[in-house]
Amino acid sequence: MQTPLLSVNNLNFGFYDRPLYTDLNFTLEPGSMTSLIGANGVGKTTLVRLLMKQLKPQSGRITYRDTPPVSIGYVPQFRNLEDEYPLSIRSFVGLNHPHHWPWLTAADKKALQSVLDETHLLERQNQRLGAASGGEKQKAYLAQALLDQPNFLILDESTASLDVNTKIELMDLVKELNQKNGLTVLFVTHDLNLAKQYTDQYLLLTKDGYEMKPVAEMDVTNMPEELQPVVEYQEED
Amino acid sequence: MGLFSYDFMRNAFIASTFIAITTGIVGVFVSARGMSFLAHTLSEIGFAGAAFGVFLGIPPLDGMLAFTMVSSVTVGRLSARASRREESISAVSSLFIGLGILFLSLSNQSSSYATTILFGSIIGISSQDVVQLIGLAVFVLLTVLVGYRWLAFDSFDSIGAKAQGLNTKLVSVYFLIILAVSVSIGAQIVGSLLVFILLTLPPSVAKYLGRTLPQMLMISVAAALIGVWVGLVLGYMTNWPVTFFIATIEFIFYFLALGYHNLRN
Repeated sequence: MQTPLLSVNNLNFGFYDRPLYTDLNFTLEPGSMTSLIGANGVGKTTLVRLLMKQLKPQSGRITYRDTPPVSIGYVPQFRNLEDEYPLSIRSFVGLNHPHHWPWLTAADKKALQSVLDETHLLERQNQRLGAASGGEKQKAYLAQALLDQPNFLILDESTASLDVNTKIELMDLVKELNQKNGLTVLFVTHDLNLAKQYTDQYLLLTKDGYEMKPVAEMDVTNMPEELQPVVEYQEED
Repeated sequence: MGLFSYDFMRNAFIASTFIAITTGIVGVFVSARGMSFLAHTLSEIGFAGAAFGVFLGIPPLDGMLAFTMVSSVTVGRLSARASRREESISAVSSLFIGLGILFLSLSNQSSSYATTILFGSIIGISSQDVVQLIGLAVFVLLTVLVGYRWLAFDSFDSIGAKAQGLNTKLVSVYFLIILAVSVSIGAQIVGSLLVFILLTLPPSVAKYLGRTLPQMLMISVAAALIGVWVGLVLGYMTNWPVTFFIATIEFIFYFLALGYHNLRN
C-alpha cells in the first residue's frame, strides 16, 4: 500500500467558543482528486490554511509524507487585478520563479515554457493579463502556482466566477494534469456537479461533522440546501 | 553650448541622472503597489524633514532622510487597509506640512529657502552633495537588485505572493524604506513638492507601453532621464525653472502613452 500524501488525525480547531472541527480524520492518497465541499462558514478556507501551515491545529496532527517531499501549490480564491494590469500572461506566471535574481536562466525559461504549454496558454502568452478573459486569467493563476512544480495542488473556489463552458475547460485541464503528472488535487468548491464529474472523492464539512466518501456514493438530494445543484452541466459536443 | 563649463550644471547633470534612474525604477514598483498617493505624502513629509534640518543646522537632505524613513513605515502600515488609505494619508500629510512651516519659521530662514526646498534648485548642488546622492542612489539600486524577485512578486501580485508563502509584510516594510530614500534624493533636483512627478509619471508611461517588468523598468528610466536632461538644458537656455520643464515633459509623455493605450484597445 502507498503511503498517503497527507494524513489528518483527530484534528480539532475552532474560533473562540465556536468549534469548526471535532476529531476530523482523513487521508489523501497520492494522485487522488478530492473535493472539499460545504456551506459558507463551515471552515473550508480555515482547513486549507491549516493544511498550508498558516494556522496551527488546537489538537490533533496534520502529517505530510516524507519521501518524496510534498510541495504545495495554492491557487487563491480572489485576485485583485485591474483591467489596466500591465504584465503579459507569461510575465505574470514567471513572477513565481524560485530564486531572486532579475534575469532568467535557461532552466527558468524552459520551466516557464513547459508550464505555459501544459496550461494551453502558449498562444496567448504575450497577451496582457488585464485584458485576458476570465478563463485565461484562471489558467494563468493555475500556471503560476504550477511553476515551481508542486505535487499537491489546492484550488480554492477557482471556478466560482466562471461561466459553465470555462468551468469545464478549466476542470478538464486540472484533470489532465492530475492524470498525466500524478498531481494530487484538493478542489474547494460549492459546485456539486463539478465535484461529481471531476473528482474521485469528497470531504463534506457540515456544522455537525464531516463525511468523506467516493463521489459515486454522493447523494445530491441529501446535501445542505445551499449546495444543491440548480442546473446539470452538459458536456460540450 | 557652454552648458558643461559650469560646475553647478555638471553637478546637476550627474545628480539628476542618478536620481532619474533611481526614481524611474522605484516608481515602477510604486505604481504597481498603488502607492502613488503615499509617494506624494512622503514628499511633503520630506519638506518637513528638510525644514527640521535647517532648524537644527544639519543638511536638509539628512533631515529629509530621517523624517521620510521613520514616517514611511508608520504611514505605510497605517494605510495598509485600502478602505482608510486616503484619509490616513491626508491626515498625516497635513500634520507634516504644518510642522514644515513651523520649523522654517522657527529657524528664521527667508521664504526663498522654503521655495528651494519645495520646488528644487539646480544651483545649490555641490560636488559633495553629488557624491552623497550617488551613494544613496547606488544603495537603493543594489537593495532593489537583491530583493528583486520578492519585490516584483509582491508588487505585481501580492495575493499570489502570499499564497506561495512569501513574507509580504516584510517586503512591504523593505519597500517603504527604499521609497523614503528615493523621495529624499529625488527632492534635491525637482523639490519635495514635485518629486512625485518622477516617481509616478514615468512609471505610468511604462505601464501603458510595457508588457514585461524589464521593459517597464527601461521605459520608465528612459522617460525619467529624457525629462530631467531636456529639462536641465531648457532651464539653462531660458532661465525658467527646471522643475517646470520636467513636469511638462513628463506630462506630455504620460498623455501620449495614455492616448496610445486607448487607441490600441
